[in-house]
Amino acid sequence: MKKNFINFIVTLIIALILSQFLPWWHVMVAGFVSALFFSLNRTAVFFIPFIAIFLFWIAYAFWLSQANDFILAEKIAVLLPLAGSWLALLLVTGLIGGFSAGIAAILGKQCRMLVKR
Amino acid sequence: MKYFKLPLALVLTLVVFYGLNSKFGSTPPMGKFLSPNQGFWQNEQDEDLNTTMQIIGLEHEVTVHYDKHLIPHVFAQNNPDLYRAQGYLTAKHRLWQLEFQTFAAGGRLAEILGEQALDYDRQERRRGMDYGAEKALLKMQEDPETLSYIEAYRDGVNSYINELDPKDYPVEYKLLDYAPEPWTIKKTALLLMYMTKMLAGRESDLEHTNALAKFGKKRYDLLYPDFYDVNDPVIPKETDWGFINIEMPATPEGQTSSDSISITETIDKPHAQNGSNNWAVSGEKSYSGHPILANDPHLSLNLPATWYVMQLATPEHNSYGATLPGALGIISGYNNHISWGETNATRDVIDWYKIEFKDDSRKEYKHDGQWKKTKQRIEEIKIRNRETLYDTIIYTHHGPVAYDHNFKGDNVKAGYAMQWVGHIGGNNQRTFIKLNEGKNYDDYLDALKTYTAPAQNFVFASTEGDIALWIQGQFPNKWKGQGKFLLDGSNPKHDWQSFIPQEFNAHSKNPERGFVSSANQHPVDPSYPFYVYNDGYETYRNRVINDFFRSKDKFDIQDFKDLQNNNYNLKASELLSYIYTTMDTSTLTDEETDILNIIKSWDFYSEIDQMAPSIWESWWTKLEKIVWDEFDADSLAMLKPYTYQTIYMLKNHPQDELMDILSTPKKETAQDLFLITFKETAEELTEWRAEHGDYKWGPYKATYVGHLLQALPAFSRFDLNIGGDYNTVNAASKNHGPSWRMIVEMTSPPTGYGIYPGGQSGNPGSKYYDNFIDRWAAGDYMDLLFMQDQQDTQDIIASQTLTPKQ
Repeated sequence: MKKNFINFIVTLIIALILSQFLPWWHVMVAGFVSALFFSLNRTAVFFIPFIAIFLFWIAYAFWLSQANDFILAEKIAVLLPLAGSWLALLLVTGLIGGFSAGIAAILGKQCRMLVKR
Repeated sequence: MKYFKLPLALVLTLVVFYGLNSKFGSTPPMGKFLSPNQGFWQNEQDEDLNTTMQIIGLEHEVTVHYDKHLIPHVFAQNNPDLYRAQGYLTAKHRLWQLEFQTFAAGGRLAEILGEQALDYDRQERRRGMDYGAEKALLKMQEDPETLSYIEAYRDGVNSYINELDPKDYPVEYKLLDYAPEPWTIKKTALLLMYMTKMLAGRESDLEHTNALAKFGKKRYDLLYPDFYDVNDPVIPKETDWGFINIEMPATPEGQTSSDSISITETIDKPHAQNGSNNWAVSGEKSYSGHPILANDPHLSLNLPATWYVMQLATPEHNSYGATLPGALGIISGYNNHISWGETNATRDVIDWYKIEFKDDSRKEYKHDGQWKKTKQRIEEIKIRNRETLYDTIIYTHHGPVAYDHNFKGDNVKAGYAMQWVGHIGGNNQRTFIKLNEGKNYDDYLDALKTYTAPAQNFVFASTEGDIALWIQGQFPNKWKGQGKFLLDGSNPKHDWQSFIPQEFNAHSKNPERGFVSSANQHPVDPSYPFYVYNDGYETYRNRVINDFFRSKDKFDIQDFKDLQNNNYNLKASELLSYIYTTMDTSTLTDEETDILNIIKSWDFYSEIDQMAPSIWESWWTKLEKIVWDEFDADSLAMLKPYTYQTIYMLKNHPQDELMDILSTPKKETAQDLFLITFKETAEELTEWRAEHGDYKWGPYKATYVGHLLQALPAFSRFDLNIGGDYNTVNAASKNHGPSWRMIVEMTSPPTGYGIYPGGQSGNPGSKYYDNFIDRWAAGDYMDLLFMQDQQDTQDIIASQTLTPKQ
C-alpha cells in the first residue's frame, strides 16, 4: 500500500513539474518514470498512475474553467459531442490523461524488469 | 511470454501516443486538445488586459484604454506606431480570423482543411485572387507612405504571434491542429482582394449568354431589362451631366456570339445579398442643425464578427469606427471633422472572353488577326496530408483563362478568359488611411481619387456642414452592351478601351433635396452618358429609404435608428395586393382560408411576432421556383430573372408561356401558380406548426450568426429574434444582414452610435465573443465613447501600455 502511495505521489509531482515544460505527453513521461523507479505489481501498475493523472488533469482543468464560468467547456462539450456538459468533458479529459499515463507506466515497468535481469 | 511483454508495451505506448497526438478526420488530436496545460482549457479565459507589452520597432509608448465593451482606444505619437499597435491589437483579439480570412482569400484552405477544400482553392486561384493581390501589392509598394504603414501593421501582428506559445494559440488552431504563420504585407493585399471578390465579384455573363441564346433578344430584354420600370437612383435623376464632354466608345459592328456556352457549371458567386445602406442628411434636414450620417453594410453574419471596432488616435488625427482585421485604419466611421461609410456600388467590372488557342500546347492565342503569346502561371496548392497540386493557369492580355479543359470545360483548344478590375491592382489601402486623416470635403475627395475596387458609394458628412456621396471605383468605359454577354477574345474592339475618368464618376454634393443615400440600387438614371450595367440592382430598400427622407422636413437620431431597423416589406406589398384581387379562392378549404385571412390582414411589416411574414416567405419561395421551373429543367448554366422583374411578369404578363408548369399537361397562368403555391404553403405551415408551434416570423426565419468554420454549432448563435428579410431596410435574412450599424451626428466632436452582431473578442471562451448579438437583434445601439483626451479614463475598465522593445 505504501508503495502505491509513493508511486501516486511521485507520478503526480513529476507530471506537475513537467506540465510546465512539456506538451500533453508530460503525463506519459510521468507514468513511465515513476514506474521505472517505484515499481508496482499487477493491475496497480496501470491504475495508480491512472488515478494520479485522472485527478491531476481534472483538478487542473476545473481550476482553469471555473474561473471563467465554464463558457468554453460547455461549447466544446457541444462540439465533441457530450451534450454540452462540462462535467462530462472533465471526466473525458481525466480519462484520456489517466489512460496515457497508465499505458506509459506499463512500458516503464517492463523496462525496469529488463534492467533488473 | 516474458519476452513478448516489453515489445507489446512499447507498441501499445506508441499507439496511444500517436492516437492521441494526431487529428483524425474532423476529430482533433484528443490528447493535445484536452490536456489542461496545452489544450483548449488554456483558452478558457477572458482577455488579459492590465499589462505592459514590449513591441519591437515602436518609437514611442502607445497607450491603449479598453471600455466596457472591450473596444480599444489607441493613443500613439505617430502613424507607424499607430498602425503597429492596430496590427498588434487585432492579432491579440482576432488572430485566428485574421489569418484564416487571408487563407480563404488566396485559395489556401486545403493547407488547413485538407482535400475537401481543394475545389474551393482551385477556383480562387483560377479567379486570379493571388495574382490580383500581387498586383495590388506592387501598387501599394510604389507609395512609400502606405508601404511603411502596412509594414508597421505586419510587425505589430508578428510581435503578437512571436509572444505566443502553442498553449496560447486561439482554440481554432488547436481544433484543426495547426499553427499561425508570420503575417506578411501581401496578406493585407489579399484581405482587400477578398473584399473585392465579395463585393465586385458577382456577374453572370455566361449565364446571360445562354439565356440570350435560348430566348432570343426580344424575350431576353423583357426578362432582364437594363432599367426596371421603377428607378430611384443613388444619384438624383435631376443631376445635370453637362460637364461630361468626352467621346463615348462606339459599339462595334456585328453581333456578339449568340452561341450558348458549353460549360454547365460556373464558379461560385459571392452572396447575392451582399450590399448595404447608407445615407446622410444635411444640417437643414437635421433636428440639431448638424448633418447626420448612417451606414450599415450587409454581409454574411459570421463569428468571429467581420468587424472589429477601434479608436485610433495620434496628435494629428483621431478616428473611431469599424475596422476589418487585416486592413489598416477605420473603414466605416468618423473622426473629429468628417464621417464616412460605404455601400457596394455594383457595376459589371468582370467580363469574359472566348479564347481560341493555336494548338494543344496553348502557347499562343488569337487576337487582332495574329497569334499572340500566352503566359503561364503555376499555382502551387498545398494540401494537408497529401501531395501538393500544381495547377497551370494560362494568362492572356485579358486575364486568366479560368475555364479550360482542366477546369469545368472540355475543349483543349478553347477557354474563357476573365477580365476583372480586381486584377489591375490598386492602392486601396491609401484611401482609408487618408479618410482617417481627413478634415473636410476636399480631403475626402483626395482620399477617394485613387480608389479602384471594389467600387463603393462613399457617403460623407462633415462638421462644416457638407454632405456628399461619390460612386467611386475604377470603371471601364464600355460601349453600350459591352460585357453583358460573352465577348470575342480575338476581336480588339471587344477589349476594354479605356476607363471612365475619375472626375466623371457619378456623385452628388449638398443636393437640393437635403439628403444623399444609397442601397445598391441603380447608380444613375439613363441620362448619365456612360454605359452602366450590372445585373441585380436592388429595387426595394432604396425606395423605402428615399420615400422616408422625402416624407418630412427634420430628422433626428431616433428616426435614423428606426429606419435602420425598418422592416417594411415593400416587395410583399407590391405583389400581394395583386394576388388578392386576381386569385380564385373558391376552392380553398376552411383551414386555408384562415391562413389567407392572416396574411390579408398584414400591414407588410416583417416583425418577429407576426405570422404573415412567414406565410409570405414560404409562398414567395415556392412561387418563384415554380414560375421559373423552365430554368431548373434546363441543363445549361442560366440565371433566373431578378425578383423585381419576376413580380413584374406575374402582374403584367400573367398569361406568358413561362408561367406554364412543364410537368403538367395543363397550360397554367400566374393565377394558377398563386393558388397552387398558396395551397402548398398552407400545407407546409400547418405541418411546421404541428412540429414547432406557431409559425411566427422570428422562430420561423431563425436567423443565426455562424462561426467561420461552416457555422460550427458549438461556436455559433442560433434562433435570434430579429425581424426583416433580405428586401427590407433592416436586411436581416437567415444568415445575412446588417453586419455593422452606425449613426453619427456631426457635432464637435461627433456623436456616434453603433452595434454589430458579434463581440470584440475572437475567443469563443470569452464573454466578449458574442455579447453584442442580442442587443443588435433588438435594434439597440451602444453610445460610442469617442475619447478626446487620453487622460480622461472615467469609462475605461483597463489600460495597457505598449512600449518599445530594446
